[in-house]
Amino acid sequence: MLNVDNIVVSVRNGPDIVRGVSFRIEPGEILGLVGESGSGKSMTSLALMGLLPPALHLSAGSITQDGADVTHLAPHERVRRKCGKMAMVFQEPMTSLNPVLRIAEQIEEAVRVHDPDTDASPRARELLDMVRIPDTAHQMRSFPHELSGGMRQRVMIAIALACRPQVLIADEPTTALDVTVQLQVLGLIRDLCNRLDMGVLFITHDLGVVAQLADRVAVMYAGSLVENADVEPLFRAPLHPYTGALMACLPNPESDDAVMATISGSAPRPGAIPPGCPFSPRCSRAQQPCLSGPVPCARGVAGQTAMCHFPLNESVLA
Amino acid sequence: MGRYFLRRTGAAIITLIAASIIIFGFIHLIPGDPIYVMLGDGATPEQVALLRNRMGLDEPLVVQYMIWAGNALQGDLGQSIFFDTPVTQVIKEGAETSILLATITMVWIILFGVPVGILSAIRQGTWIDQGLSGLAMLLASVPTFWVGLYLILIFAAGLGWFPSSGFPSIFEEGGLSNLRYLILPSLALAAPNAALILRLTRASMLDVAREDYVRTARAKGIRPYRVVLRHILRNALLAVVSAFGFTFAALISEAVVTETVFALPGIGRTVVQSILRRDYPVIQGVILVTVCLYLVINLLVDLSYRLLDPRVELE
Ligand SMILES: Nc1ncnc2c1ncn2[C@@H]1O[C@H](COP(=O)(O)OP(=O)(O)O)[C@@H](O)[C@H]1O
Ligand SMILES: [Mg+2]
Repeated sequence: MLNVDNIVVSVRNGPDIVRGVSFRIEPGEILGLVGESGSGKSMTSLALMGLLPPALHLSAGSITQDGADVTHLAPHERVRRKCGKMAMVFQEPMTSLNPVLRIAEQIEEAVRVHDPDTDASPRARELLDMVRIPDTAHQMRSFPHELSGGMRQRVMIAIALACRPQVLIADEPTTALDVTVQLQVLGLIRDLCNRLDMGVLFITHDLGVVAQLADRVAVMYAGSLVENADVEPLFRAPLHPYTGALMACLPNPESDDAVMATISGSAPRPGAIPPGCPFSPRCSRAQQPCLSGPVPCARGVAGQTAMCHFPLNESVLA
Repeated sequence: MGRYFLRRTGAAIITLIAASIIIFGFIHLIPGDPIYVMLGDGATPEQVALLRNRMGLDEPLVVQYMIWAGNALQGDLGQSIFFDTPVTQVIKEGAETSILLATITMVWIILFGVPVGILSAIRQGTWIDQGLSGLAMLLASVPTFWVGLYLILIFAAGLGWFPSSGFPSIFEEGGLSNLRYLILPSLALAAPNAALILRLTRASMLDVAREDYVRTARAKGIRPYRVVLRHILRNALLAVVSAFGFTFAALISEAVVTETVFALPGIGRTVVQSILRRDYPVIQGVILVTVCLYLVINLLVDLSYRLLDPRVELE
């Protein structure tokens, strides 16, 4: 089990980008992390991996996996201490593979780190089979530029699996792919999650993808989680006005309305986040209490929580 | 690979033809009769007529070029006016010095520029990096002759560790130990170029370190030194290798100065002297040979770039 407790990611000598985020991921469960672009999803995931860029650092909070504290540990240190079994699939399949190394070399390299006693080549082929890459013998010898975006993303998943992760972090893994390929990759991730009893943190800005794939959802806004819920109660009755607004923006197959709803205004940049509720300047329900001071946590009957003074769907409140 | 090689060779041949026309033409760009320019004002009419005839200058220009280029293809670059020996002979005499000087210089450049550039990048922002970058700036900005004079002053005149000038052939008395004559000149010649390669290696390493695939490599849990060697360096060297072609061009022009400062019997010094003596066939010959060499080296650089970077094959 992965436990993330109140982590804060800050620019060195600058603003906080992730402002106190907590969640848990159990084996075999997919947690969808949704939020607009720029809300801090990628930096949250890089902080979990111990891969924050040099300009950023984890300034507070802790990350534990199966009781072991892995906060601040880089991946190679986690290997050495045999803890923190996490792996990550990145957003950009086109640039995330080394252009001058063959696919086989890039997978085998990960195998040798995490399964030093295994013969790397057959294991790499097995991994390519697991991510359903056809004609593995040929693909092993290919260079990244010879593969399509979908194939590269499968290779990225194979590399991640080579690390034998208990938690797989997928940061918008399908955003750069076309719809049919996107569906295949989503299906593959669900499948691997079930088969390997692996936790998944699935990051996306697309609430529709979350509805299809996730078991639980965390909604992120301006560096904080504003709502946490199981997927079914969330889509039936969201509590946070931001979640409600995101849902209103989903294309509705039943209406012919060509104009999609949007949320007015734009998300605040790190360092310019308003006091009180960060969503208040854009929120139609905002009142005086929302503009300053701490925001209370509203709880629903299905265990959902939302950081809001005046939540939607009062009927489901506990 | 084969088709690429043919295409590149074709392009090189076209460049060579263009260059040969310019080299051939420059003698006619000089104001006045080239014969008088070469022989000076005191030449007798007989001498003028003889040289004019020997150089084929009474033929039409196109025919002259064809004869000159045709002879060059057969390895005949004409006669030196000053030495009265074939130009190829003059070039051969300087070749040993120049080739050895260039080779030792390249060794310094690679031995110093690349590893120190890596060190500087790995220690980015520390005093090591700042010191090395400062040194590189200094070396890149001082002229070669100045470095050469200081090296002579300190290590030859002062400490007496190395000879200050000349270079007896390694096939004569002294053998390979004669190479010590080339230590100071090659260091002077290497200094600015090694500094450039150092800065290029450093910049290129830092660029690549920001790439997404380096993050992927780190995510695998590979140890940092392996990330540097296998993922960052390998890609950073692509930019460095392609710069070696330019480095060679810089070496050619700076070698002329270095050979003069250290009084080395190389091709560079021959060119300078030939210019002073108005020995045009030698100048033309040397430039033609240099252009050929430059094209071959760039072809080799391109080919090795392709071996390192699998992506180029598609283009
Ligand atoms: N190296 C950095 N220095 C300063 N700010 C950064 C840096 N990297 C990202 N940010 C900021 O952090 C915020 C969150 O970025 P990110 O986590 O990539 O968002 P998301 O993945 O949700 O789109 C953005 O506003 C971005 O401008
Ligand atoms: Mg992102």
